[in-house]
Amino acid sequence: MDKFYHSVRLDADLCKGCINCIKRCPTEAIRVRHGKAQINSKFCIDCGECIRICPHHAKHATYDTLDVLKEFEYTVALPPPSLYGQFNHLEDVNIILNGLLRMGFDDVFEVGAAAELVSEATRQYIRDHREQRPIISTACPTVVRLIRVRFPNLIPHLLPLNPPIEVAAHLALEQATIKTGLPREKIGIIFISPCPSKVTYVQSPLGVAKSEVNRVLAIKDVYTQLLPHMKAVRENPLELGKAGKIGISWGRSGGEASGLFTESYLAADGIENVIRVLEDLEDEKFTNLKFVELNACNGGCVGGVLTVENPYVAEVKLKYLHKYMPVAKSHMVDEAEKYVPWTEAVQFEPVFHLGETMRESFTRLNQVEQLCKRFPGLDCGSCGAPTCKALAEDIARGAATEKDCIYCLRQDIGKLSSEVSALADIISEKQVQRRDAVNILREYVTKIADEMLLLDNQGAWNGKSEEAMEEGKDSENDA
Amino acid sequence: MEDRIILEYPISPDDFTRAGEASSDVKKKLKQMGIPPEIIRKVAIAMYEGEINMVIHAQGGKITVEILADAVTMILQDRGPGIPDVELAMQAGYSTAPEEIRNLGFGAGMGLPNMKKYSDEMDIQTTLGVGTTITMVVRL
Repeated sequence: MDKFYHSVRLDADLCKGCINCIKRCPTEAIRVRHGKAQINSKFCIDCGECIRICPHHAKHATYDTLDVLKEFEYTVALPPPSLYGQFNHLEDVNIILNGLLRMGFDDVFEVGAAAELVSEATRQYIRDHREQRPIISTACPTVVRLIRVRFPNLIPHLLPLNPPIEVAAHLALEQATIKTGLPREKIGIIFISPCPSKVTYVQSPLGVAKSEVNRVLAIKDVYTQLLPHMKAVRENPLELGKAGKIGISWGRSGGEASGLFTESYLAADGIENVIRVLEDLEDEKFTNLKFVELNACNGGCVGGVLTVENPYVAEVKLKYLHKYMPVAKSHMVDEAEKYVPWTEAVQFEPVFHLGETMRESFTRLNQVEQLCKRFPGLDCGSCGAPTCKALAEDIARGAATEKDCIYCLRQDIGKLSSEVSALADIISEKQVQRRDAVNILREYVTKIADEMLLLDNQGAWNGKSEEAMEEGKDSENDA
Repeated sequence: MEDRIILEYPISPDDFTRAGEASSDVKKKLKQMGIPPEIIRKVAIAMYEGEINMVIHAQGGKITVEILADAVTMILQDRGPGIPDVELAMQAGYSTAPEEIRNLGFGAGMGLPNMKKYSDEMDIQTTLGVGTTITMVVRL
């Protein structure tokens, strides 16, 4: 399995090579090269911020289509609590659950029900592992991926329990097998996702070797298909709901933590806020904190890039929906317990190292410092890197050159021009042979023309050659 | 190029929004160099505490960080009031931070003790009315 699998992709035809995504990416994973964005798969954590920001819709997430319903003999839908926050005037979760059955799923298993089991296991884990506090939530795959590449000191604080999606998949599969007697490959466990991060999780999970989820649909795709079916079952929906207040709260920021019955927790949402909290956690700035809930999206899972509703409106709807619900409807049973703990540890992936060895890193960091002094510090993005510092790092890694900076290039041209004019002075004073003078002059003119060409190309790469594109691909592989 | 990196950071006085910028930049660079995470943790915490101290007590100053293959040395220089009783200041919980600083959650009297705890060597040179220079070494 590819440990750097990604569900966030680029559609090169739609990409105009603007700098919106490189500026927004929290791990500086994107560069514009030869007029097109390129995502560095080692740096990317599938947060989906580039999908949100791209004005040309050139970034997208890969996920399955509703055709997957025909792929399996028996299908179970796993609706997450974030789905419940998408609908107007929804008073009963059962309308969604019955709607999903009417839409073609053979059964439903609420992720919120599994979430209540995870909450229970988390409470126990926090009690038993004082030395590991503050314990960091692992429900958001993007957060786990971020910690894996950037915060090695915090890996021991990760909650080693499977996210609700995985526990739900195991339990749904178990039930389906008992009910139908079908072999594994004929049963489809299908998650309805608010974000690309969960798509990535299913393909390349952390904490388990393989996810039991078979296919992933996007909330935004299911939404429109589901609405008419919800209308049809609105009057007398069968009682199917197994998630209570705790389970449904998991769909919004602070929900997971509220199920732990403690005041000493912190809940942060939005990737930039998450990074700030992780930095502070690493510097041990918090004391007496038991639990840290982190969600990459604003507002929590309801803010996922594959959702329809405004996250803050969705949050209100969730609160309204669970107002009269019991605290929890699902409780841990012996059969479920085995599905909760992680079976694989998360390893630090040092992708941000400048060099292969510490010696090489030393040299390269010195080079970065020198280059940063030379660059204008405007972070204009014209070179295709998000900041002058990022360009300096790219150069040190051998993935770019100083000539990628249009200001350096302009300076070079200025310098060459003044040299030519000095040369002209010398010639007019007849201090050089005529033929030599012409040759030198010709050399200078060629140099200036070359640099001017580079400058033009920085601005508009639309006239790029196939050759240049190939070169770009090569340098990406080298990096 | 030799295996030595010098980083310099001016520390602005009375600006809590910027306090911690220098230590977080050093942390980022050490991470890029592949310095072991445990060492980075020690440097980051020791330096952050020192940085905050310079903001609270000493009207800012300058931090110089030298990174060598076997050690990270931080030199924190200020032209603040100096420390009258170093031994007392080193005691956990002792603080001269004013009330308004404590209200911000700082000034718990753990700055110097933590700096000592997280560095392998610490030296304090202080003269009343002239300033303080603290040198901390974390060995790899």
